Amino acid sequence: MANTMLEVHELTTKYVTRFREDVYAVDHVSLKVEEGRSLGIAGESGCGKSTLALSLMGYYFPPLHYMSGDIIIDGRNISGMNPDDVRKSILGREIAYIPQAAMNALNPTQKIIHFIEDVIQEHDMYVTKKDIYDRARKLFETVGLPAEVLEKYPVELSGGMKQRTVIAVSVLLLPKVLIADEPSSALDVTSQKMVIKMLKQLMEAGFISSMIFITHELPLLYNVTDDIMVMYAGQIVEKAAAQEAVFDPLHPYSKGLMGSIIVPEKGLRDVKLTAIPGVPPNLKKPPMGCRFAERCKLAKPECRVTSVPLRDAGNGRTYRCILSENELREAYAREASQNAK
Amino acid sequence: MPSEKQICLSTSGLTKIYGFGAHRTVAVDHVDLKLYEGEVVSIVGESGSGKTTLAKMLLGLISSSEGEVYFQGIKRDISSQKKKQEYWKNIQAIFQDPFSSYNIFNKIDSVLLDCIHMRGGRNLPHAKKVEMMTEACSFVNLKFEELTNKYPFELSGGQMQRLMIARIFLLKPKILLADEPTSMIDACSRATILDMLMQLRKEIGMTVIFITHDIGLAYYVSDTVYIMEHGRFVEFGSADEVILQPKEPYTQRLINDVPKIYEEWDLSTV
Repeated sequence: MANTMLEVHELTTKYVTRFREDVYAVDHVSLKVEEGRSLGIAGESGCGKSTLALSLMGYYFPPLHYMSGDIIIDGRNISGMNPDDVRKSILGREIAYIPQAAMNALNPTQKIIHFIEDVIQEHDMYVTKKDIYDRARKLFETVGLPAEVLEKYPVELSGGMKQRTVIAVSVLLLPKVLIADEPSSALDVTSQKMVIKMLKQLMEAGFISSMIFITHELPLLYNVTDDIMVMYAGQIVEKAAAQEAVFDPLHPYSKGLMGSIIVPEKGLRDVKLTAIPGVPPNLKKPPMGCRFAERCKLAKPECRVTSVPLRDAGNGRTYRCILSENELREAYAREASQNAK
Repeated sequence: MPSEKQICLSTSGLTKIYGFGAHRTVAVDHVDLKLYEGEVVSIVGESGSGKTTLAKMLLGLISSSEGEVYFQGIKRDISSQKKKQEYWKNIQAIFQDPFSSYNIFNKIDSVLLDCIHMRGGRNLPHAKKVEMMTEACSFVNLKFEELTNKYPFELSGGQMQRLMIARIFLLKPKILLADEPTSMIDACSRATILDMLMQLRKEIGMTVIFITHDIGLAYYVSDTVYIMEHGRFVEFGSADEVILQPKEPYTQRLINDVPKIYEEWDLSTV
């Protein structure tokens, strides 16, 4: 059995708006990532994907506040730690985070190598510049970046190159978990592929032990991660292996998401894209029952009153719906036959 | 059959050069485009391949360095503001960024009223105008009663993009130029916007030019696909031909680099 790298129990965090309203953007989320595995998080914009990523780091600053739950990284509970301690001893070493526009983090007046020196010396004072240079060069060679990049200024690099440089820098301290929040969405397809290839190489070479990948592009998620978790309105609605999540989704929301996939492959033109009507609920006043009930085709009156717990479907698969697996599959089959007519 | 249809818009040797001397950049390089009435055409290329420059020239927003645009077989004349407005009755656009597409000082009512006035409905009774605006809004699943007295920036990105489609519904142009209409919105709303565009196309029988970097999207919506690289068309043909049996190495690379779900995604080629 592989080591558990990241374990989260019932994590709840909230935003406090300037009118003192509470917005529960991450609501009782539990997850587990094992060594050498990657977890993908999918969902539409505003469903709490990025807030979950920020909450996992344990580094809270207003308007984001920690409410309850445990974050355990490799056996060490970091929830409720002092933000300064988190920054010194957790970020970078235990958990690294790549935001969407990571390439903007580079200082335009500094060479890349000086940036790397700053990063390493902040966490480890007794290391020489020669060691840092060797370490950086070795890492850059592993991921296929030319070593000359180290001596360049950010303006001399292209967008894709900058993004890859920042990713390389973020794993210099060998973090146990890497959280990548849409690392490739601002790039064109070729640069995107390079970034993905690099992340895979980093996993294989052992620079990172596990990865959480966040995006709304499902074909990408399917190709990158082992498991996929679907989030809706701050809650997990389904978790399954990538293959199952894309080809055999259980929760009606996941089903809707998978119906909007566009790939340049044979057969795409024959299927009609399905869109989910409506908008996600306002999290200031989340609905009492199932949060998806308003937009769900299969909703029953009781869905709107009783809150729905996560159900186990075997093989580490969970989903949040009052209908059983068979009932859901029957409903989807009925719908498919109606569409065919 | 496209050959039996009438040519709606065509260009001959359309070129745009930015700067001069050492900074001379050829953005669009002698492009010949033929658009038949009622078809959906996609122009696909990476960023910096000149797609948007071409779109702006077709719209008449920037002048071309060389070459001509022909509208329904006649050379386009946009020498004066009046002639330009006449031309824009026939060609309309949806841009990538819905947030910067609207005049921030105009309320939504006046955005839609302008469209009715442009179609010559200035002297219609007010009740008739409201009816038309309500119809347009309900076509894109918006409620006109909720939108009156609001400014465009009070809407979400998806709603703004749908309001843009409502404008097109009122204007009923011959050609619609959609410049990356779905790149700023997420995958779920993308399906809604595409469905609405395609339904609108059926309803008023317009020609659509789709400009996108997403080759999957181009394949889904279009009849004909043009692949653009460094300001030139490197390959064009029917969507099935170009996407399923690409001939040019550039097209093959573009298709290979997109993540897929049925075929294996080969990471070793970069």
